[in-house]
Amino acid sequence: MSSTNVLLSVENLKIRVGEHGPLAVDDLSFSVAPGEIVALVGESGSGKTMAARAAIGLLPLPMQVCGGRLDFQGRDLVTAGTAGLRAIRGASIGMVFQEPMVSLNPALKIGQQMSEALELHTDLNAGQIRERCLTMLRRIGIKDAERCLEAFPHQFSGGMRQRIMLASVMLLRPALLIADEPTTALDCLAQLDVIELMLELTREQGTAILFISHDLSLVARYAHKVVVMRHGKSVEQGTINEILLAPKAEYTRQLLEALPRRGELAALPASNGPLVEVDQVCIEHPGPPSFWGKRQYKRVVHCASLAIAPGETLALVGGSGSGKTTLGRSLVGLIKPCAGAIRFKGVDILKAANRTHRLQCQMIFQDPYSSLNPRMRIGEILAEPLRHEPGLNAAQRRERVAQTLRDVGLGEQFVERFPHQLSGGQRQRVAIGRALVRHPQLVIADEPISALDMTIQKQILELFERLQAQYGFACLFISHDLAAVERIAHRVAVMHQGEVVEIGAREQVFDYPQHPYTRQLLAAASPLEKLADGGYRLRPASF
Amino acid sequence: MSSNIPLAPLVGAASPPVKRPRGWPAANALIGGGLLLVLIALALLGLVWTPFDPLRIDLLSRLQGPSVLHWLGTDEFGRDVFSRLLIGARTSLWISLLTVSVAVVAGTLIGMLAGYLRGWTDRLLMMFNDALLAFPGILMALGIMAIIGASKYGIVLALGIAYTPSVVRVVRGTVLSLRELEYIEASRVIGNSELYTMLRHIAPNCLAPLCVLATSMFGWALLSESALSFLGLGVPPPAATWGNMLASSRPYIASAPWLGIFPGLFICLALLAINLFGDALRDRLDPRMRK
Repeated sequence: MSSTNVLLSVENLKIRVGEHGPLAVDDLSFSVAPGEIVALVGESGSGKTMAARAAIGLLPLPMQVCGGRLDFQGRDLVTAGTAGLRAIRGASIGMVFQEPMVSLNPALKIGQQMSEALELHTDLNAGQIRERCLTMLRRIGIKDAERCLEAFPHQFSGGMRQRIMLASVMLLRPALLIADEPTTALDCLAQLDVIELMLELTREQGTAILFISHDLSLVARYAHKVVVMRHGKSVEQGTINEILLAPKAEYTRQLLEALPRRGELAALPASNGPLVEVDQVCIEHPGPPSFWGKRQYKRVVHCASLAIAPGETLALVGGSGSGKTTLGRSLVGLIKPCAGAIRFKGVDILKAANRTHRLQCQMIFQDPYSSLNPRMRIGEILAEPLRHEPGLNAAQRRERVAQTLRDVGLGEQFVERFPHQLSGGQRQRVAIGRALVRHPQLVIADEPISALDMTIQKQILELFERLQAQYGFACLFISHDLAAVERIAHRVAVMHQGEVVEIGAREQVFDYPQHPYTRQLLAAASPLEKLADGGYRLRPASF
Repeated sequence: MSSNIPLAPLVGAASPPVKRPRGWPAANALIGGGLLLVLIALALLGLVWTPFDPLRIDLLSRLQGPSVLHWLGTDEFGRDVFSRLLIGARTSLWISLLTVSVAVVAGTLIGMLAGYLRGWTDRLLMMFNDALLAFPGILMALGIMAIIGASKYGIVLALGIAYTPSVVRVVRGTVLSLRELEYIEASRVIGNSELYTMLRHIAPNCLAPLCVLATSMFGWALLSESALSFLGLGVPPPAATWGNMLASSRPYIASAPWLGIFPGLFICLALLAINLFGDALRDRLDPRMRK
């Protein structure tokens, strides 16, 4: 490749933690051509974010570049200095961050934030800047652009904020856009929306994208070139087709293998009648109280009905705000519905104070970092549910805890540890253990894998299947990750704006979706399928 | 950051804790704890022995500077300053400790109730609490002292009540953020009662902000006691406290500076000791900080 055709070239980049610490990025080389989309893929701690941040001079302390070159349009960024970097940042290299909820300043109006960079890097006057902002906002599909300029970030949803963020970055027509997991915090429809918009805007302006992601299937759909990173090193790089069709490195194959695919499911035990029945349930959330203490109620679940048979996994899918989590929480009694009935083994849990239901229904939460009390030892956490299990003496309890630890693939030595000494995957194993230690008949799993790395997700899903085969609990698996759902669910229910719009067997919902919303969801996902020769490709839509 | 778990292990490895011999406590624990022990030892010493009778008036040797006989000088009545400091140590430290305990216990209870129960309980409690917060602490203490009279335990009660509202605020805020965490919900799903959840899961996690607040409150209490003494509502003379010694030194600040310097120095040292010790305690109680 000739040097004129390279926008950003990274050569033998090394980033060290502190003066003598370990290398966070080790001998990384890649290049980005104008207009090209290059993806840095890897799990947490692989150094992908650090490599990208080095390019814009935003390494967090104590990280520092300790070797190699970073050339952008022929200028060395390592030696550019603060003033040089400030001229480049924003104007030539834009950046979109992961968390739309915190990347816009909540105290400033959208208009002020959008015009900030233009004031800094261009000579336009206030009127021209305003005109440019309005044009851009209309371009990204915001109807009332004038009002949007005067609005504050909290008035927009996560997806909208990410669009606005993108718009304000692209206003300056940068030559390179660094997108650091721009859609990880969004549900799949908003994700598609933001990425398509990003592609449109960059294509119009000829902007190259350095796309940082852990999601191989997303990368496969959009990137031209891929750099797979692990432990700070580049494991493999090439065009997306080279990587997908013939992955060379063992680690790349592991990553691809970790993507969940439809598999065989255990046969259901014969049963008479469902374990849980949700019958026409409506749930309202109280809004903020008005001055006189009167509350507005917002209905989040509308007449939802579904049933789960013993030992069955029912997946509840839908975008964010569809009410799926709320419905799940009502099943364990965390939220009281305002109408309808939830029957557990035929008994309404809302009418009678139903202790058996409480004890036989457990929940696994999404975030393994906040679902364990940081001041309790793992042994104490696992023993806590057994307080309500009568007829167990101390020795039996200890044995049950040890057995559960073995079940979830952690050794007994974990009893004495604290949550902060465990990795995310290990913590989620503990959370699963806590839900299962009482051998419940129903487990509500609320996005149990979405906060985890790809390879860890695979392990947790496998663990989950094994435990379900062993203990035979039924499961409501709440997720927006269609690939994971396709792998483990017997049946799938789709929720949209508080209503269950479609429910059916896995094959039926995935292969012959009936409702338009289900089709939209499926179209937004980009599952990879394995080919006979060991390669992978994007699965074409089957409907 | 690239994901939910952004390079945490690397950053952690980058800043290893200051090296110290195995099993040794941190520097702040050593200095703070050591100083605190010395002060407590001095207070205990004052119980059994002082170089002079702290209450004996000797007008012939009034306002003498530090000397071999009177180590830290004498005051306007010729009483030995060092003896009075020893006697005062017990009163001052004891009053501050009790004051902080009253405020922390009452504030934690009210704050946890308000934060955990929410709704009308919260609104009523906080309305009352915010009204109290609007008064300057010392003014409130004055009002309460006017009702219950000036005595050692009167001060404790008055200052304790005056400091409670800020503890309530801090604890309630912490509880509000904690109760949204998933392990609190997990505890309810397990079937634990509200009371158990509050005591087992919420209370221990309030410790860190409480430690910081309590140690800084200890300092305020020491100083407020002297302010009350200054206004004639403190521990009644001739009993000695660091606060009223400091207060009564004011007319002599130019002619006999040691009268103010030494009680002030002791108050400083006590604050330093308590703050360092409080930090060390907070770290010690947090499993994340343990090796």
